[in-house]
This record gives sequence, C-alpha cells and structure tokens, in this order.
Amino acid sequence: MESDVFGPAGLRAREIASAVRGGRLRAADLCRRTIDAARGLGEALGAFNSVLADSAMACAQEIDRRVVSGEDPGPLAGVPLAIKDNICTRGSRTTCSSRILEDFVPPYDATAVTRLRAAGGVIVAKTNMDEFAMGSSNENSAFRLCRNPWDIERVPGGSSGGSAAAVASGIVPAALGSETGGSVRQPASLCGIVGVKPTYGRVSRYGLVAFASSLDQIGVLAADVADAALILSIIAGHDPLDSTSAPEPVEPYVSLLSGDLRSVTFGLPDEYFVSGMDPEVERLVKGAVERIGGAGGRIVPVSLPHTRFAIPTYYLIATAEASSNLARYDGVRYGLREPSRTLEEMYRRTRSAGFGAEVRRRIMLGTYVLSAGYYDAYYLKAQKVRTLLRRDFEEAFRKSDIILTPTSPTPAFRLGEKTEAPLEMYLSDIFTATANLAGLPAISIPCGLASGRLPVGLQLIGDHFQEPALFKAAAAVEALLGPTGMRPPLAAT
Amino acid sequence: MPEPMITAAQVRHIASLAQLEFDEEQIELFTRQLGSILAYFEQIRELDTEGVEPTSHALDLVNAFRPDAPRPSLPPEAAVANAPEQESGHFKVPQVI
Repeated sequence: MESDVFGPAGLRAREIASAVRGGRLRAADLCRRTIDAARGLGEALGAFNSVLADSAMACAQEIDRRVVSGEDPGPLAGVPLAIKDNICTRGSRTTCSSRILEDFVPPYDATAVTRLRAAGGVIVAKTNMDEFAMGSSNENSAFRLCRNPWDIERVPGGSSGGSAAAVASGIVPAALGSETGGSVRQPASLCGIVGVKPTYGRVSRYGLVAFASSLDQIGVLAADVADAALILSIIAGHDPLDSTSAPEPVEPYVSLLSGDLRSVTFGLPDEYFVSGMDPEVERLVKGAVERIGGAGGRIVPVSLPHTRFAIPTYYLIATAEASSNLARYDGVRYGLREPSRTLEEMYRRTRSAGFGAEVRRRIMLGTYVLSAGYYDAYYLKAQKVRTLLRRDFEEAFRKSDIILTPTSPTPAFRLGEKTEAPLEMYLSDIFTATANLAGLPAISIPCGLASGRLPVGLQLIGDHFQEPALFKAAAAVEALLGPTGMRPPLAAT
Repeated sequence: MPEPMITAAQVRHIASLAQLEFDEEQIELFTRQLGSILAYFEQIRELDTEGVEPTSHALDLVNAFRPDAPRPSLPPEAAVANAPEQESGHFKVPQVI
C-alpha cells in the first residue's frame, strides 16, 4: 500500500468499492479500522461531533452479506464516509455544532445521505463545523476546536472544517460538506484536498439545515478529483422533496474525466490577484497557471470587475437570509428550551442561550439589513449587485471555459488569529463567495505547499451545469501538477 | 468624528426584533462590531445599479409543482419526538394568554 496517498489504508473511495465488490476487502474490517481511527486521530483533531459505530458496523456487515450472496452492493460498496453535522442522518444526532440543536435527532435522512446509503456507502461519523456553517475556521463550533492535520496549531478552515480534517488525515476517503460562501472549497484548500461545490440546485437540499437559502448547496470533499466526481454523481440530481433542485440530467462525471488541457480555454481574472494576497499563495497559483499554459492549455485574461463588491454583497444576502431561516429555533418543536414563564420570554431566553456569538452577530446583522427603512439600501441593493456579479461571469464565459483563481487568499492561519476581528475572518471568503452568488460550480484542488508545509488550493470555476467540463479540466490539471506526495504530518496509517 | 453607523439604542431595538437578549457589555461590543462591518458594506452604495434587476435566485427556475396527491409522511409521534415538551402528540408551550 502506498504511504504517500490519502485515504484509509492508502485507498481511494473507488478502490475501496472495487475491492469490497470483488470480495478482496471486507467492509466490516475496514469499518472497524475507520472507527478506531475516528476515535483516535479523529478525537485528537476534533474532526467529529459523533462517531456512529453501531449503525456503521451494521451497515458494513450488510454490505458484506450482499457481496457474499451475489447481490449488487452498489458503486460505493463499503466506502466509509463522514457527513457534516448540518446534514440530517436518521436516528443520529445532527447538531450543527450548536447548543440549540445539541440533542436533535432527525426522524429522516437528507436525500444526499439516502443516496449515499443506497449506493453502499457507510456513514461512520458526523463532522465538526462552524456553528450553523457560519465561519471560515471551524472556531465557531460550540463543542470543540478542530485542528488542521498539517499543523495542529492552525485552523482547518470552515465551515466544513471537520470534513476537511477527516479526509486530509486519511480517516475517511471522502466526506460531505455544505457551502454558502466557500465552506467546502476553503477548508479543502487549507487541508490539501479536493473540494467541489456543484451548481446551485444540482444536489437536493432536503435535510440540509438551512442557512442562506439562495446560496446553500451540499458539496463533496475527497482526496482526489475522480473520487469527488464519483460521489457527486451519486448525490446529484432532481429530488421531488426539494423544489429548488434542478431537473437537468446528471452525467456520469467519472467516465468523462479523460482528456487533455489543449482543448480547454482558461480565463485568468486580474481582480483575483489582489495586493494583500499571501505571496506564497500567489507564487504557487501563478506557478500552476504557467504549467497549465506550458502543457498547452490556453490562458486568456478575463475581467470580473465587480469582484471587490462580492464580500459585502455576500454577507448582506447571507445574513439577511440567515436571520429569517434561524427564526425557527424558538424552543417549541425541537432543540433547546430554557424554562420560562411566558412564550416570548421562552423565545428570547432559548435563543440567547442556544446561539453562539457569531450566529447571534449574523442574526443581528441580517435583522438590521431587513428592518424597516434599510431593506432597499442593503438587501435589495445587494441583490442588484449580485446581478452585476452574475453578468461578469456570463461575459467571462464567452471567452473561456474555466476560470482559474486562488481558492483562499492565505494558507491555514493560526487558531485564534482572527477570532476577535469578524470582518477579517469574512475576507477569507473573498475568492469563493462569488461562485455561490452566481450559482456556479467550482472546485479547489491542491497546487503545492506554502513554505514547504502548508497546502494551497487552486480554484477552477465552471459555467452553470458544466460539472463535466469542470471535472475534466480539474482532473487534467491534477494530473499535470502531479502526485504532490502531499501527506500531512498527522495521518491515519 | 463621523456619525456612527449604528447606535446602542438601535442594537437594542434589533435585538428585540430578533428575539435575542444581551447584557450591556455585549450591546457595546455588538454596536462596535456591527458598526465596522456596516461601514465596510457601505462601499456597495457607490455602485450605480439604476435599472438593474435584483437576483433573488441564481437559476431561472420557476415555481416547481408536484401533483396534489397524498403521500406517506412522518407519523405524528416521530414529528413531536424532538419537542422539549409534548402532550398527547402536540407541542406544549408556556401559557400564551
């Protein structure tokens, strides 16, 4: 077994499924090893909110039974998977890393989880995250810190930090995350793995706890592009239970991965190479762009002139929608309830005790921008700027197939470095939030180590529903940049 | 000294709209933090958006309807299983009137 690749026992999801289907690997054995790693290394990293040992073992044994009896165990047969803790898992706590949902046990599975289970996937753990997916460092979890396996004094990124740490350290080959403004791609970048956010509407959100409904989308974190493509192809597609899911057919992404860079035109936006960017990030991303050009990829300049308005636009829209979505946590139907004499006192005391500081800050901001007299100046204005940002991309995709940018302006920062400065934390999303605002699919792939030890991600953005082209280009770039031999100091054996 | 983006009185008002309560120290902190975030957000006001349609949704999906036919749903006991307090299949709350 290779020691310089990610994944339990050095295997990728597709290799695990192939070995289990072929009877060369018992799903139950792998599941037991994964649970041990989740309880050992996973605990040290703070990657998980819960480990689902019993249900995972039962599921793995059922997969083995199907293999033995000649039934089709599915394309993800026996693959251990971790699920972000804002995606509902029937009978297993789904907390959003929040006190207010600490004991919430969903009575149903999210559609994405249903589809993974049907494909033979084994759900082994729920991952740590920023509370209600609000944050870029995982430091807003109400329960525990999550650490970056490359340097335990640094953040894994967020909000899907636990999913990224779990995959990067090799505990699981892949995990689900969710995105509102970069919460899959940014932690993937900071942890040296692949993270993909599909087109808005591509994956059903039934069972995803709502944050900002015009932006939210489930995404995949994996060790490489082929595994990310495989898992997305399983969870993607229309769902009658989510009226915002798109009816477009899903193509078999994995079988479309072959191809070379010579047929692809890459757009390089000036606006994403701004002053203030970490010089190592700039060096590695520009180096990757040069190699793509050297290998025959056509590189053309494109302009996304409204980029500098993306962060205010994103945070205005996201906080406004969050303040509305989070109104449901009132102590009545589920979650925390603070004992009170009157109904209104119960709402106030429950919400004040149950939400952490960043969630309260965003609810306050969102309530303010939606309040009488400010709606036009803030929320409506932001929606208009959102239109301008979309038009920027429409223009850029007339000249190019794929847009290339850095994923994050910096490598992983230190724990505590930005917790006192909310605005500085918000700027972590500067290169990712635009794809959410425009509803575009985007992927982060590793492109090297800053100062030889901290991963840096390269972002590829595609046009609406062009996941096949996005994966194809990403796989070609991944092959070009080569096996980086990137394995964090903290990794499962 | 420029006029503050948001005052402590406004923060208290917003807190009551959002059904949140804060002590004075938190009000002071939020007034400062929300003020600096809002000041940063001001930059979008310089953009001319005259005649630009707002985007409320990234895709041009129109209303999605399904047939109005009964389907299986959660049994009542599962629907109230997470309630902090329940009584005979209903959510129970403190006295309202």
